[in-house]
Amino acid sequence: MRALLFDVTRCLGCDACTAACCEANGLPEPKAEDLCDRQFTVLRKAAGQGGDLNCRRMCMHCLEPACVSACPVGSLRKTAAGPVVYDADTCMGCRYCMQACPFQVPRYEWTSPAPRVRKCSFCSDRLAEGKPNACAEACPAGASVCGDRDQLLKEARARLAAQPGGYVPKIYGEHEVGGTSVLVLSPVPFGQLGLPEGLPGEPLPALTHAALAAVPTVAGGSAVLLTALWWLTGRKARVARAERSRFSGGESRP
Amino acid sequence: MNSFRRLFWRVLALAILGAGGYATWLRFTQGLGAATNLSDQVPWGLWIGFDVLCGVGLAAGGFAITTAVYVLHLERLRPLVRPAVLTAFLGYLLVILALMYDLGRPWNIWRAVVLWNPRSVMFEVAWCVMLYTTVLALEFSPMLFERLGWRRPIRVVQAMLVPLTGLGFILSTLHQSSLGSLYLIVPTKLHPLWYSSFLPVHFWLSALAAGLAMVILESGLSARSFGRALEFHLLQGLAKTMAVFLGVFLCLRWWDLAARGALASAWRLSGPGSLEAWMFWLETGLLGLPVLLLLPNRWPRSPRAVFAAAVLVVGGFLAHRLNVSTTGLAASAGVRYVPSWSEIAVTLMVVVVGLIAFRLAARYLPVFQVAGEGKEPRPASYA
Repeated sequence: MRALLFDVTRCLGCDACTAACCEANGLPEPKAEDLCDRQFTVLRKAAGQGGDLNCRRMCMHCLEPACVSACPVGSLRKTAAGPVVYDADTCMGCRYCMQACPFQVPRYEWTSPAPRVRKCSFCSDRLAEGKPNACAEACPAGASVCGDRDQLLKEARARLAAQPGGYVPKIYGEHEVGGTSVLVLSPVPFGQLGLPEGLPGEPLPALTHAALAAVPTVAGGSAVLLTALWWLTGRKARVARAERSRFSGGESRP
Repeated sequence: MNSFRRLFWRVLALAILGAGGYATWLRFTQGLGAATNLSDQVPWGLWIGFDVLCGVGLAAGGFAITTAVYVLHLERLRPLVRPAVLTAFLGYLLVILALMYDLGRPWNIWRAVVLWNPRSVMFEVAWCVMLYTTVLALEFSPMLFERLGWRRPIRVVQAMLVPLTGLGFILSTLHQSSLGSLYLIVPTKLHPLWYSSFLPVHFWLSALAAGLAMVILESGLSARSFGRALEFHLLQGLAKTMAVFLGVFLCLRWWDLAARGALASAWRLSGPGSLEAWMFWLETGLLGLPVLLLLPNRWPRSPRAVFAAAVLVVGGFLAHRLNVSTTGLAASAGVRYVPSWSEIAVTLMVVVVGLIAFRLAARYLPVFQVAGEGKEPRPASYA
């Protein structure tokens, strides 16, 4: 499975990744400071010890994405190659994907009468042609690297071991919400870079699956219970009516 | 004076319909951005929080009353069946109408029928709402057939009534609770005062309480405006049942809050997190008061107390749902959301359309009379 490793310590802040992303996706010149419907990745500044740091923000391409499980019609899906991709043709625009995303990534075309959800597609078409993500290809410093997820995790661990003081000893995305296809290494706590901290290690879809798994039991149990109550209360009413008619000397109506 | 008041309400209704019409034009020509204050940080606002989440819950009186009468044989409640079914049917139609405004690509709504993602709570909600609206249409149809004098279709529907009611109960239970399950996937975004793995149970219980409150209110109001005798003893019984559901809801909610250690944030009454705390107490107060008002047996339960309790329950229910859908998500969104005038106008328009439709139906359809329904002897309470 393809993944992307972003190393904050190697980033020069040149924004070549952002420019390449916009070009590859046919988007206008990047101007925004945060993700928007015309910009699928952005470099955000954070204060570090030796000057400013830059951290990329983009779709994390979760291994078990909340957005994919949330979409009622399957407009979003996780491909075997790694990317989480979106199909606007089937989307009804309920925006549950946006609500569900723990990283607050999906953006919406709010000004369009036929709006689409917009986000990084991990260059899934380029990956299919055997090419790396446009952003990784454009990076002059090797801060964004495209590769196999297991290989990249190995590489990230090697970097952490080589420079134990240079990094926070953690690979962001290895375990967050069950793991993501975008992995981040940083010299400062990830919260300072704007990445949500304290995410659970279990995939978020497990939470809603637990409720959905109860549906057959609730439906079946209700059916049995209702039938039993219907029969019992019906019998009680019939008995009461019969007794009343006996006491009132054959009068059948109360 | 009376005609003056009537004129006032008519002008107000027309103004709301006018504003709603303009907002409709804005929404469908300029997009959601022009008509709403929604953003990438706040993708769901008033239309989902109020029109859909609250609308569906307030319409729960339909399945509660039909189940009581047709499944549990509580014959004395029969006079309440038709108004409750009418309210629920109109409620669901209006929820679907409001959904058309909120969906970004409403023309794709039918795709949920063919494209299945059974792992999505939204998919389950979509199917249950679709099927239950069909059930409600069938349950409503005898009122129309009776008016038209069609005997045979009435008999067909009546033959199906018991299984139909059971189906309505199951579908309602599933989607009323699933509206809460929608939020199970945002454990890191929703404030701990509202996030709970019991959200589906909270939503089911609160919907039952609010649905019964609506039946009480609408029976009282329509009795006044149509000059009918009020079945007050029936409403007292409903109020008691409502208080029981509410009591169970509050106990479960507080036990859950305590077990998760979330109660501490309820005392953060100043500084960051104080909005959440105040809104939590507003909701708790509105829902707690009616329980105190109704439960102790020695207190006389006057019509005034019963109606006041119902109003409080509806208010507290709205507060709870809006807290889950808006207040509880505000901190993680990092953006302040206040609905735009056009969002409010559309919501008010939906309510006004509902009131007008209810009045028209009550005037032209046999809603408040049970003519020739059922084979069983007519209950004494209806004489």
